[in-house]
Amino acid sequence: MQLEQMYQEIILDHYRSPHGSGLKDPYDAESQQINPTCGDEIVLRVKLDDAGEKVLDVSHETLGCSISQASASVLTDLVVGQTVEESMKVLAAFQEMAQGRGKVEPDEDVLGDAVAFAGVAKYPARVKCALLGWMAFKDAVVRVQDGKVEA
Amino acid sequence: MTTAQAPAGAGLAGLDPAALRPDFAILSRTVRDGRPLVYLDSGATSQRPRQVLDAERDFLEQHNSAVHRGAHQLAEEATDAYESARARIATFVGADPDELVFVKNATEGINLVAYAMSNSSIRTGLGPESERFALGPGDEIVVTELEHHANLVPWQELCRRTGATLRWYSVTDEGRIDLDSLELSERTKVVAFAHQSNVLGSVAPVEELVARARAVGALVVLDACQSVPHLPVDLRALDVDFAVFSGHKMLGPSGVGVLYGRTELLAAMPPFLTGGSMIELVRLEGSTYAPPPQRFEAGVPMTSQAVGLGAAVDYLTAIGMQNVHAHEMELTRVALDTLREVPGVRIIGPDSLEARGGTVAFVVDGVHAHDVGQVLDDRGIAVRVGHHCAWPLHRRFGVAATVRASFHVYTTVDEVAQLADGVRAARDFFGVS
Repeated sequence: MQLEQMYQEIILDHYRSPHGSGLKDPYDAESQQINPTCGDEIVLRVKLDDAGEKVLDVSHETLGCSISQASASVLTDLVVGQTVEESMKVLAAFQEMAQGRGKVEPDEDVLGDAVAFAGVAKYPARVKCALLGWMAFKDAVVRVQDGKVEA
Repeated sequence: MTTAQAPAGAGLAGLDPAALRPDFAILSRTVRDGRPLVYLDSGATSQRPRQVLDAERDFLEQHNSAVHRGAHQLAEEATDAYESARARIATFVGADPDELVFVKNATEGINLVAYAMSNSSIRTGLGPESERFALGPGDEIVVTELEHHANLVPWQELCRRTGATLRWYSVTDEGRIDLDSLELSERTKVVAFAHQSNVLGSVAPVEELVARARAVGALVVLDACQSVPHLPVDLRALDVDFAVFSGHKMLGPSGVGVLYGRTELLAAMPPFLTGGSMIELVRLEGSTYAPPPQRFEAGVPMTSQAVGLGAAVDYLTAIGMQNVHAHEMELTRVALDTLREVPGVRIIGPDSLEARGGTVAFVVDGVHAHDVGQVLDDRGIAVRVGHHCAWPLHRRFGVAATVRASFHVYTTVDEVAQLADGVRAARDFFGVS
């Protein structure tokens, strides 16, 4: 059965009790992302430090499948407390793995629990599910930074 | 010209999918580590029998040429094959050949009508006959809440361009068009609706909707994508003004679809796409246009696809559309009966066989449709998951996504029975049992 390759225990754990779930205040920027093929939706908020260099908090509300919910949960664990620069490196590594069609060897030092999503990369139709939260995070960070430049 | 070979599983005694299946080579392949393919996604696209593939190949190997131009033998044969396909498809849906326009797919057919109306609405340089297609602020286009995006977005865009207003019939909890939810008015110019919902399977009360549209002088556009492939359909008897359907959903090729329009309407309607083939007389100062259907077929059209669709119609005719429908209703009965037994399953749409076709949509409490689909896929069962291009309908039922099983002539009772087992497995896997 190939199912367990995709739905690894770590993913199912995060799906059953997602971290960062439930939108929180205060926050600096919010991003809504939609997967137009299935209608799944995430709203994600980020709070950075005053210098805009460190991720203080991430919260989200995800209406979606197990993969999109677990991915947003793992994201929360991986980026909160990191510098924005580090979090973007994790994001790049996650995206490379997710879009790698199963041919990219994930770096556990960078990705931590997120290596569990390596199996998803073999199912092209599910890659968008795995990336939904990460795209929201990226968009929200850009919004904070743009806001700070304008201010 | 080869004559299409009659399918083995056809006859007066009904339809035997086991006898038809050898015609569909793809059904004997395996997926996901050697599991037999259980294809329950014919509502998205159907599989093609070898009779269709042979017709396409024979056309390309023996007669291929650009149609309606050239005086050589191949040009004549290609034109004959193309027009013969049109005539057989016309017979299949109870229309005259000149009432059928070949388009890329149903989506293009609806856009053709919408853009012809848009062109009429500009009211410059067209004859007075086009006035009946003109729209302006205050006019109304009416659709329903269950439409596929293909029968919604082109009308939204037409409203945006002309200032007309879009209104819609809502949908009942059972998945029927709620006829009490809207009154048409003298300003209603178009009533567009799906003959059979691509999600719920519910069949629209065409006669009643046509009567209401006629009472206010509105044009009726029927999205027949999910009816023509599965039910006997006589467009003239239905008395609609326009209808569309796609080849790939009726055992035919992709890249070809049909727009039906009543003769006098097509004759009065201005073109959408313009260029070669669709003209009568061209001068640098301006041009006049060919009569329909040529007026609406600009450029060298798809040919082997049209020929393939002709062969698909021959195949379905040999089986008999009554038999196709009866077979699919039996499959639907099995699907509803077995799914109903699975705890946590909620059917979205009519939970009966009345005024319904062979499409069954459902949600599973606690397991997202994507995840159900993934477990089914792991067992070799191909279904559609998501909003099936009917997002407003899914919002209406308060769900982001559903699982949809849909059938065709080659689907067996055993395959449909596997669906409920797969849904049980999904519940077990995600621990909601």
